[in-house]
Amino acid sequence: MRSEVLPAVSNHFHRGLHRFAVVLSGCIFVLIVAGALVTSEDAGLSVPDWPTSFGSIYKIPPMLGGVKFEHTHRMIAEGVGLLTILFCVATSLVDRRKWLRNLTFVAIGAVIAQGVLGGLTVLMFLPWYISSAHAALGQTFFSIAVLLALYTGRDWTESTPEKFVDDGAPSTRTLAVLTICAVYLQLFFGAAFRHSGMSILAHLVNAVLTSGLVAWTAIRVLSRYGQITALRRPAAMMIALLLVQLGFGFAAYLTRVVWGKTAVQPLPSMVSTTVAHVAIGALLLATSLVLEGQVRRRLMKESATVAEPSAARKAISA
Amino acid sequence: MNRCSLLLALAAFVFTAGCSQNTGPMPPQKRASQTSPQTKFTVVDPATAGTIHGTIRFTGATPAPIEIDMGMDPGCTIASKQPNFSRQYMVGKAGGLGNVYLYVKAGLEGSNFPVPPSPVILDQKGCRYEPHVLALMAGQTLRVLNSDPTMHNVHAQPNAPSNSQWNMSQMPKGAPIETTFHDPEVMMPFKCNQHPWMKAFVNVAANPFYAISDANGNFEIKGLPAGEYTISAVHEAAGEQTQKVTLGAKENKAIDFVFTAQ
Repeated sequence: MRSEVLPAVSNHFHRGLHRFAVVLSGCIFVLIVAGALVTSEDAGLSVPDWPTSFGSIYKIPPMLGGVKFEHTHRMIAEGVGLLTILFCVATSLVDRRKWLRNLTFVAIGAVIAQGVLGGLTVLMFLPWYISSAHAALGQTFFSIAVLLALYTGRDWTESTPEKFVDDGAPSTRTLAVLTICAVYLQLFFGAAFRHSGMSILAHLVNAVLTSGLVAWTAIRVLSRYGQITALRRPAAMMIALLLVQLGFGFAAYLTRVVWGKTAVQPLPSMVSTTVAHVAIGALLLATSLVLEGQVRRRLMKESATVAEPSAARKAISA
Repeated sequence: MNRCSLLLALAAFVFTAGCSQNTGPMPPQKRASQTSPQTKFTVVDPATAGTIHGTIRFTGATPAPIEIDMGMDPGCTIASKQPNFSRQYMVGKAGGLGNVYLYVKAGLEGSNFPVPPSPVILDQKGCRYEPHVLALMAGQTLRVLNSDPTMHNVHAQPNAPSNSQWNMSQMPKGAPIETTFHDPEVMMPFKCNQHPWMKAFVNVAANPFYAISDANGNFEIKGLPAGEYTISAVHEAAGEQTQKVTLGAKENKAIDFVFTAQ
């Protein structure tokens, strides 16, 4: 049994706001790459003061050595902070969904907290727990921005999707939530290892668990709901990102842990593989959140108003 | 309206935070000497003082020096006409190991010695620390220079509780940074976060009887009173070794240490 697709309710798609959210997400992704470069180039304390840089908030210091990584990261972060505030203002003006407006305030809170953590880690000489929290919150902030882009998209704003039965055991939604938790934990373990707070063992062991959960969730979605574009795309992307991430993780381990033992400075091979590993990790977390959002929106436990999974193919092809 | 006000206030906060007064990096503070004018110093009679000397040898395959790529800062390539190599294992022609810190680890407890008044110099030349390993006495002044045409970042990373960590930028050929350390400590890393290959190791001794082995691995600790001592040899990567030594009056005692690559 299928439900009727309901007409658009409660809100209108705003192309400008959606594009703004996409641009914001892109800027935060660039910020994550810049932050990963700071750590990978061992430049975390090349600017020794905060919130000023060499005593000034606006003056750009000579962009040499580690300073170019650290100060570039700070400048991008300032820009992203202002963009986030502007996005919050824009959302308040053009979107009627209160929960979405509240989410933009959460984004502002995240970027402020992120700035404070970044400053604290400089002033406290990079304690691993603060540096790791800074890394994890950065990924969270990026995921929030990606979700904002999803929620301001045409599909999310103007249609009420058809619901399908989530009849697996465990449910697809449970799997999606567990995947997010595993990926997040994996990001934290990775950050803690990078900042010398933990051995690599936790990151390696959890990599097996996370890979299994990502694969299980994606295969479940692709096999049962593969005809639903909104579910198929993030699931397929998650599988692709997982494979790329495992490759970069292995490469980062070889270049940094095995071959990099005697390195006297960060080598391009170490930096490129590690930065890519961090960046793909951010994309994987955001994709897992998008998938969970779509699963939550389109799948529900069996009831009179939902369609059987087998009906999905017919529904899409119709 | 209230929401807009809140957002404007938030933007104003961000803006004013950006305009806050510069406090800049705090320089490391020199503290008053721990010895008071009433402190009784141990007097060593030069007529009976002995010497411990010897050689640090290195066995096994010597790790090849690694050439450093200083391309990230043109100031470094201008300042250093010669290629810059890693200096972790400084092995001489006869297998002597340089840059090993030797000190009296035990045998002088309860003794007090005056702190040398002259500062010990750590310079930054050609984007490397000179010397790579140095030693000074607790309370003695360490003067850090920047002879390079580029900015450096001097970051001391002590472990001893009262030797506080600090990180301070130093302008090209800028004013010296002076500091003291009050707790004895071995192989305290100094690094420049702007040039990640730049590392030095500072050793803080409780007494004036210490040495750094030269390029051929030779060392000499002079002026020791007769007694039983534990002499420690510490290398930044190869670790620590100790030897018990009984030194007689006027004795010139030879001891050797042998290290292998770790």
